[in-house]
Amino acid sequence: MSGSQSYDVVVIGSGAGGGSVAQELAPLVRDGVRILLLEKGPRLVDQDFSGRELEMADALYQDGGAFLTHDGTMTLAFASAYGGSTVVYTGTSLTAPQRVIRAWSVPGLEHADLTRRSAKYAEQNNVHALDDALINDNNRLFVEGGRRAGYLVEQFPVNVKGCRGSSLCNLGCPNQAKQGTNRVQLPRAERAGVEVVTRAEVLRIAPDRTLHVRVAERPAGAKGGPSEWQPGDHRVQARMVVCAGGAIGSTALLLRSRLPARLPRLGEGFTCHPALIVVAEHPHPITNDVGHPKSYYVDHAESERFVLETCMYFPFVTAKSLTGFGAAHSAIMRAFPRLQMILILACDHAAPGNRIAVTRAGTPVVHYRFTPDTIDGLVRGARAAARIFFAAGARRVHAPADPPLLERADAGRLEERVTARHFRPGVLGVSAAHLMGGCGMGRTAADSVTDAWGRVHGLPWLRVADASLFPDSLEINPYLTIMGLADRVAEGTRRDLGGIPGV
Amino acid sequence: MPLSSPVFRAIATCVVPEAARLDAAQWGEMEAIVARAVAARSRAVQRQLALFLAVLEWLPLLRYASRLSRLDPVRRATFLNRLQRAPVLLLRRGFWGLRTLVLMGYYGRSAAAAEVGYRADARGWEARR
Repeated sequence: MSGSQSYDVVVIGSGAGGGSVAQELAPLVRDGVRILLLEKGPRLVDQDFSGRELEMADALYQDGGAFLTHDGTMTLAFASAYGGSTVVYTGTSLTAPQRVIRAWSVPGLEHADLTRRSAKYAEQNNVHALDDALINDNNRLFVEGGRRAGYLVEQFPVNVKGCRGSSLCNLGCPNQAKQGTNRVQLPRAERAGVEVVTRAEVLRIAPDRTLHVRVAERPAGAKGGPSEWQPGDHRVQARMVVCAGGAIGSTALLLRSRLPARLPRLGEGFTCHPALIVVAEHPHPITNDVGHPKSYYVDHAESERFVLETCMYFPFVTAKSLTGFGAAHSAIMRAFPRLQMILILACDHAAPGNRIAVTRAGTPVVHYRFTPDTIDGLVRGARAAARIFFAAGARRVHAPADPPLLERADAGRLEERVTARHFRPGVLGVSAAHLMGGCGMGRTAADSVTDAWGRVHGLPWLRVADASLFPDSLEINPYLTIMGLADRVAEGTRRDLGGIPGV
Repeated sequence: MPLSSPVFRAIATCVVPEAARLDAAQWGEMEAIVARAVAARSRAVQRQLALFLAVLEWLPLLRYASRLSRLDPVRRATFLNRLQRAPVLLLRRGFWGLRTLVLMGYYGRSAAAAEVGYRADARGWEARR
């Protein structure tokens, strides 16, 4: 045991949720409130962001980006670093749709309140639409093709400042242009006196509010600095605890903590927007691996259960996402400078059996099965993407079909060529980065884990402030919504702190 | 996992035909990438991979009276294609995992990225003007 310390508030996780909570609570430090933020991942310095695919995936993502669902049919991508997944997303910043928040039916959670709070973070993080001059061909073709094919194409507001168009957002911006919590909220919190400790994993929270923390050594040759604390096991006592380790991290922590409250819904309600990358080959080279990669989208979540987004990935991720192998696969890869890419996000809903659990050793396990509705969303999305590609002038499209190459002559028979039978688990490279649920908000412990303020039922000293709070799919990119909810959690924490006794 | 084994090489060159043209140093680089990825997984997963490779090596005996590593390229591709479409999820998933490792090893090399024309640069637009 390396040490034992006590704090008034301990925040676990430094992404959109934890970073926002830390910033909002930071002014309390002036009044003598001791605040600690523990982050499992490392703190990278600017020079660490090399843009090299495998190197950055290893440095920033949990399991190098290869965390698999229990049956091995989907990859879940989430970061483990100072700033959490705000370091590796593309900066796309949308506010929650009113119809989704209404459908969640969380007593005390109003869409107008969430929108107002999300807008505050949009302003702090410089969210705006990129100038036309910075839009590359990959995005421009999506706009042109989408409009020709009859879709409403909208521009993503993004949180960048001084974007140079490296296209490397998902590997961490090498130019520090993306305004994640690592650039905005966390530095503010630290300047105000919040103590941040990286490479610090919370193993469990004891009923007496003692956190068992393991601080890791910096592995030889690894990116990022050493922890601010001595490597080894630590005990931290807290008056209040805010879990913001992401849907998987927070849920797994609460599951292995054996809390003194009955929480039958803990781990349930996991959803994730399963995503599929589809590509098309144009006759001429286009600008695709330069410029912001994700500037436009088509939202058919409500009507057809899919959202299409522009995207551009790196050679290995692209190769993995294509179906098949051999010469045909290689031919598509060699066409890289002529490739247009679209990401299909299926709007899945919380379904029985899709949940987060832990092994006996406390390791998180995600049980997930594709429902027919989710597969239908992917099928419809793939057809829509193919229509957009062809309308944009692509000469062929690589999509889940048999054979996977769709020629222009197939454009009129996409319903026949792209069908649910081609979406077999274990054949397609399906991945997800919007991980939601596990500690859903609601009315009582019978239907949820927390109330509308992220307060765990029966444990007033314990809060949750991340996407695990979502009681169902958000159906859009989640970061501003997480920040809006975290803002509420911080407000509730400030309000209740005086009434929570010390330990 | 025996990454330098004939069966892994047979699968790798079937998944990415260009891999057959790699010289010893390039093979070494590819194998090192795969070995690093495998080493980061649990012991159980490592054992499963080794077992799956062994099964793949001997499974074609039933149909072709030959080990996978000794099959001609056409039959090898046919066999792997069947595996990819197998009715049993475990087989499909196992092949998907192996294919992913091969693609990581091959396209994770900076030389392969350059060969396919991938030119992303931290300087972004400035590097293209």
